[in-house]
Amino acid sequence: MSTDTINITLKVWRQKNAADKGRFETIPVSGVDSHMSFLEMLDTVNEKLILEGKDPIAFDNDCREGICGTCGCVVDGIPHGPNKAMTLCQLHMRKFDEGDVIAVEPWRSRAFKVLKDLMVDRGAFDRIIQSGGYVSVNTGSAPDANALPIPMAVAEKAMDAAACIGCGACVAACPNASAMLFVSAKVSQLALLPQGRPEAAERALKMVATMDREGFGNCSNHRSCEAACPKEISIVNIARLNREFFKAGVLSEPI
Amino acid sequence: MQLDGKIPAGPLRDKWDNYRFKAKLVNPANKRKYKLIVVGSGLAGGAAAATLAELGYDVECFCIQDSPRRAHSIAAQGGINAAKNYPNDGDSIWRLFYDTIKGGDFRAREANVYRLAQVSNNIIDQCAAQGVPFAREYGGMLSNRSFGGAQVSRTFYARGQTGQQLLLGAYSALSRQIGAGKVKMHTRRELVDIVLVGDRARGIIARNLVTGEMERFAADAVILATGGYGTVFYLSTNADSCNVGAAFKAYKRGALFANPCFTQIHPTCIPQGGDYQAKLTLMSESLRNDGRIWVPKDPSDTRAPRDIPESDRSYYLEEKYPSFGNLVPRDVASRNAKEQCDAGLGVGPTGYAVYLDFADAIKRDGRDVIARKYGNLFDMYHNISDDDPYETPMMIYPASHYTMGGLWVDYELQTTIPGLFALGEANFSDHGANRLGASALMQGLADGYFVIPYTIGPFLADQGVSEVGVEHQAFADAAAEAAENDRKLLAIEGRRTVRDLHRALGKVMVDEVGMARNEAGLKKAIGAIQALREEFWQNVKVGGEQGNFNLALQKAGRLADYLEFAEVMALDALTRDESCGCHLREEHQTEEHEAQRNDEDFCHVAMWEYTGFGSAPEFHKEPLVFENVELSQRSYK
Repeated sequence: MSTDTINITLKVWRQKNAADKGRFETIPVSGVDSHMSFLEMLDTVNEKLILEGKDPIAFDNDCREGICGTCGCVVDGIPHGPNKAMTLCQLHMRKFDEGDVIAVEPWRSRAFKVLKDLMVDRGAFDRIIQSGGYVSVNTGSAPDANALPIPMAVAEKAMDAAACIGCGACVAACPNASAMLFVSAKVSQLALLPQGRPEAAERALKMVATMDREGFGNCSNHRSCEAACPKEISIVNIARLNREFFKAGVLSEPI
Repeated sequence: MQLDGKIPAGPLRDKWDNYRFKAKLVNPANKRKYKLIVVGSGLAGGAAAATLAELGYDVECFCIQDSPRRAHSIAAQGGINAAKNYPNDGDSIWRLFYDTIKGGDFRAREANVYRLAQVSNNIIDQCAAQGVPFAREYGGMLSNRSFGGAQVSRTFYARGQTGQQLLLGAYSALSRQIGAGKVKMHTRRELVDIVLVGDRARGIIARNLVTGEMERFAADAVILATGGYGTVFYLSTNADSCNVGAAFKAYKRGALFANPCFTQIHPTCIPQGGDYQAKLTLMSESLRNDGRIWVPKDPSDTRAPRDIPESDRSYYLEEKYPSFGNLVPRDVASRNAKEQCDAGLGVGPTGYAVYLDFADAIKRDGRDVIARKYGNLFDMYHNISDDDPYETPMMIYPASHYTMGGLWVDYELQTTIPGLFALGEANFSDHGANRLGASALMQGLADGYFVIPYTIGPFLADQGVSEVGVEHQAFADAAAEAAENDRKLLAIEGRRTVRDLHRALGKVMVDEVGMARNEAGLKKAIGAIQALREEFWQNVKVGGEQGNFNLALQKAGRLADYLEFAEVMALDALTRDESCGCHLREEHQTEEHEAQRNDEDFCHVAMWEYTGFGSAPEFHKEPLVFENVELSQRSYK
C-alpha cells in the first residue's frame, strides 16, 4: 500500500433540522489519505469542525462493512457513490483524484424526510414491513425445519431477494422515488418460499397499499434502482411483485 | 451480598423441564397488564420483544439505530450452531453442550449451557418457519457445515450473511407485533439510565437521539439486550454505535458485572491502515480452511511475499500445532499472531500483520473453486486493501470482536437488580472464557425466543402489576442527573476530541489488556486509564448544544462510561491470576505456551460491584460446580 494524499473540495448538504430549508456548503479538505474510506474522510472533517467550534456534518452510519444498511448519501449524483454493488461505507478515497469537487447530498424523496444534513427518516420502510413483510408464525409453533424440503434453486432465489439491506438507495435513485425494488424484494423472498405462500396475496396487497400511502412514487421501468442497489437486487423481483399483486387483486377483495 | 444462581434441582438433562414445570405462570388474561421494556432489537432483544408480545405482554422496544433491522447482530457472517444432527455424524445435545463448556475453558455454568444446547434445535425450526433462506442441499434439506474447528457439521448458514438473515427473521416477527399494536417501537433512542424505586428496576431514561430530549418510560420489568463492549478497544469489528452504556448504567445502579476481562479477539481481520481508521473489518474465519498463515523467518526480510521461498517462511501454526494447524481456536490463532509480530516478524506497513496465503489452495483446487468458496471475501479484501488476494497473500491481524463477559444473571437471566434482566451478549452466562464460532447467534436467539419468555413469568407473577409510573420522583431525579452530566461534558471546552481520547484508551487496552496480559502491564494500564479519565474530564472538547441532535455529546457519554469500565476490565484481568480461554496471563502458561488454568483457585465467576466514581469496585464470586464434565486441559497439538 502506498500512501498518497489528495486535496478535494466537498459541496455538502447542510440542513439544521427537518424544518430548515437547507443549502450546500463548500468545505475544502486537504491532505486526504487515499486509503481512507469515504466515511473516515468525513470523520476527519468532523474532527476539525468540532475543534473549530463548528457544527459537524451529521450522517448515518454504523457497521461500516456494507451490511447494516444505515449509511448512504448521494455522491456526485449517484446513491452510495461510484462503486458498483457497494455501500457508501465501502467507498475509498482512492476512487477520487487530486482537485476533485465532490457533491454530497442526502437521499431525496417525499417519503424520506431529511432530519439533519445527510440524515433521513426511513421509518416508511419499517411501516411497509409492519403491514405484511413477515410470516405469521408465533414462537414455538414451528414444525421441524427439514419437514418442508425447499429446492436449492428456490432457496437461492429467495436468498438473492432477502439480501436487501433496506438502505433506501433504490428510492434515491428512482426518478419517481419509488420503493418498488424494496417492496418486491421482501414480497419475492416470502412468495418464493412455501412458508410464505399462505399469506402471499394478502401480503402483496397490504405492502403495496402501505407503500402508496407513505408517498412513494410508482415504477416506470427506469431500472435506476437496480443499478444503484448495493446488493444487486434484480428488478425481476418487481416483475414477481406485479404478478403477485395482480393475482391477489383478481382473486380477492381489495384492501 | 447473597448470590443465588437459581439453578434448578435434578439431573442436568431435566433441569430446564423441572424449572418450566415449577415456574409460576402469569394468567393469560393478566399478561396485557404488564408493561415490559426491551432495550435493544438485535437477535436477543428483537426475538424477546416479538415473543413476549405474542404471549400477550405490553411491550415497548428501544433501539439506538434508525430501525430495529440494523442492530449489530446483522454483521455476523458464519453461521448458527444447533444439535440437530441432520448430517448423522454423531452430534447430540450432550456433545454441543460439552463442546461449548470445553470451548469456554470450563468457566461457564453447566446448567445454562445445557439449556442452550437443548433449545438450539427449536431455533432452527423457528427461523426456517419465518422464511429465513438457509443454505440447502439439492434434495431441499438444510445444509450444514463444520465451523471453527468443530468435528461435527452442526452449523446452519445463509451464505456469508447468516446474522443478517436471522436478524431479519426476528425483525419480521417484531414488525408483525408492531403492526398489530402489541409492541411500541422507539428508534433512535439510547438508554442513559435505569430507574430504580426501592431496590427494583421500574423503568428507564432514554435519550431521543434526534431531539436530544431525555424521555421517561416506566415498566414492570426492564430487559437489556444491548450487546457487548468490544469498542472499549476503540478499533474493533463492532459497529459504530456499539457501546457498554446500558450495561454500565445497570452496573452503576447496583447490578454486578461478571468476567469483564473475557473478551474475544478474532484472528482474521484486515489490519489497521492509519490513525484515521474507524473500524476493523472481519473476514469469516472459514478462510482458515484453505489459507495458510505464515511470516518470513527473517525479520529484516523486505522481499515481496511471492519472492520469499518456502525455506524462508515460517508456517508457525502448522509447525506448533500439527494436528489442528491453521484451524486452531480463535484465541490460540490470535495470540500466536501477536507473538510473531511482537517478535518483529510481522509484515505490512505497521509490522502488525501476518500473511494468509491461498497460493497452494489455488494451485490444488483451481482459482474457480476458491472463488466460489471465498469470492465475496476476496472482493471485500481487495476493495479495502487495494491488494488482490488471488495474486498476493492477504494480510490479517486479530481484532476485538465479541465480549463473553457481561452483566451477571441467574438461571432466569435476571441481574442482581430485581426486575432487570439481561440477554445475549449483554450477559455473561454461556460462553465462559472463550466463545466458539457460530455460538453467539445461537445464544442471542435462545435467550430471546426460548428462555426469557418462560423465566420472566415467575418474577411478574410474584410482584403483581406495578403501580409506579413516570410521575414518580425517581424518574425526575434520574432524568435531571443525566441532563446534568451532559451539561458538565459540554462545559469542559478542552482541546481533545472524544475520538482522539477514545483512540488513546484503545491503545492502552490493546497493548496491556488485549490478547496477552501480565501483572506489570495491567497495573500500568490501570494507571494509564485513570490518567486518561482525568484528562477527559478536564480537556475534552465536545461541541454542539444540549437538547438537540448532538452525536459528539452521545459519544462523549459513551466514552465516559468506557473510561470507568476499562479499569474494571483491567482489574478483573489482574485479579484472575490464571490463564483460561481468551484470558492469557503470561505468568501462567504451559510449556507449549497454552493457557494454564488454576481450577483450585479460579474455578468461579468473578463479579464486580460498583462502589462510586473513581473508587475500587468490590469483588464477589460465584463458584462454578462441574458435576457432569471432567475439567481437562485444552490441547490442539
